[in-house]
Amino acid sequence: MNTPIERYNNTAMALHWLVALLIFAAFPLGVYMHDLPLSPTKLQYYSYHKWIGITILLLVIARVVWRFTHTPPPLPASTPRWEVVVSHITHLALYGLLLAIPFSGWLMSSAKGFQTVWFGVLPLPDLVEKNKELGQLLATVHQGLNVFLFLLVGMHIAAVIKHKFIDHDQILERMLPKGMSK
Amino acid sequence: MKSLLRVVLLSSALVSGFASAVEFKQVQANESTVTFGYKQMGVPMEGKFAKFSAQTSFDPAKLAKAQARIDIDLASIDTGSEEANDEVVGKPWFNAKAFPSAGFVSTGVKALGGNRYEATGKLTIKGKTLDVTAPFTFQANGTRGLFDGVFTIKRLDYNIGEGVWADVGTVANEIQIKFHLVLTATPNKK
Repeated sequence: MNTPIERYNNTAMALHWLVALLIFAAFPLGVYMHDLPLSPTKLQYYSYHKWIGITILLLVIARVVWRFTHTPPPLPASTPRWEVVVSHITHLALYGLLLAIPFSGWLMSSAKGFQTVWFGVLPLPDLVEKNKELGQLLATVHQGLNVFLFLLVGMHIAAVIKHKFIDHDQILERMLPKGMSK
Repeated sequence: MKSLLRVVLLSSALVSGFASAVEFKQVQANESTVTFGYKQMGVPMEGKFAKFSAQTSFDPAKLAKAQARIDIDLASIDTGSEEANDEVVGKPWFNAKAFPSAGFVSTGVKALGGNRYEATGKLTIKGKTLDVTAPFTFQANGTRGLFDGVFTIKRLDYNIGEGVWADVGTVANEIQIKFHLVLTATPNKK
């Protein structure tokens, strides 16, 4: 009955869902590991968190490149103007946060005197010197940005639910592989 | 601590006061460093010991008489991480309450050619004494002598990091110990 849905291409979908999955791993891990007493497990969790974070940073850079080189599928014509504006702002802010959060974590790690070594193999350069005050400041920045991310991801998901179950439009289907939606 | 060191040095200087012309034996504590490197989850870390005392005498012409004794105050450790500083003085690591210091006592020095030498000795940490070999370079600059060396120990050989910390996949077993000692020679009266 409907015209066929214009979807994001496979690359965009893969990047979106992979980054989503990694955020859902890194975020709770970051909250949890923070208050652990020092133990080998804590050191491992910190490393895993950093490895995931740097992976997110790289994938999001790829997403930004994709976004600049492709036109995303259009929103349904019925979408109100204010929703278009809010969704653009939200997506822009999400991209910004997904770049800024891992980057602030990388800088914080350097400032606290721990080089980030991706997967224990690839050392990333320390872009700032070890500095206690800067380390604390960057920790605050990293946490603060994550509060925004938490709110925006919540909004992003709430919007999906609204469109799916209240508006009954096909916003979500644009980001789902063909077989997964009716 | 410092004045005690001075007394020890002074008395040892008096005892062996009539040795060769250039015997380096006064350790310049504020210029000398004992640092260490280790890996944690593949991440290179650097630490240092703020307090240590050293009694040494070194005359490149009389290696048979060369001596070194270095005592490290383990509580003065800086691992590069505050959280770890509190941890490593505890029982699983150094157990610094029971074993407040680590010590090296030389048993011999041999020349390796050029300005390179090799010290052998006994390293005691946490009640355990093992033989170690430490290659070092020596450079004399007037009355100043610079000793730079590095050697590797395995922390588990000394039970440093017991229990859950014995997992060397998290904190590596190999610890590189680097020393940079500045010694001055007192011009001897004949």
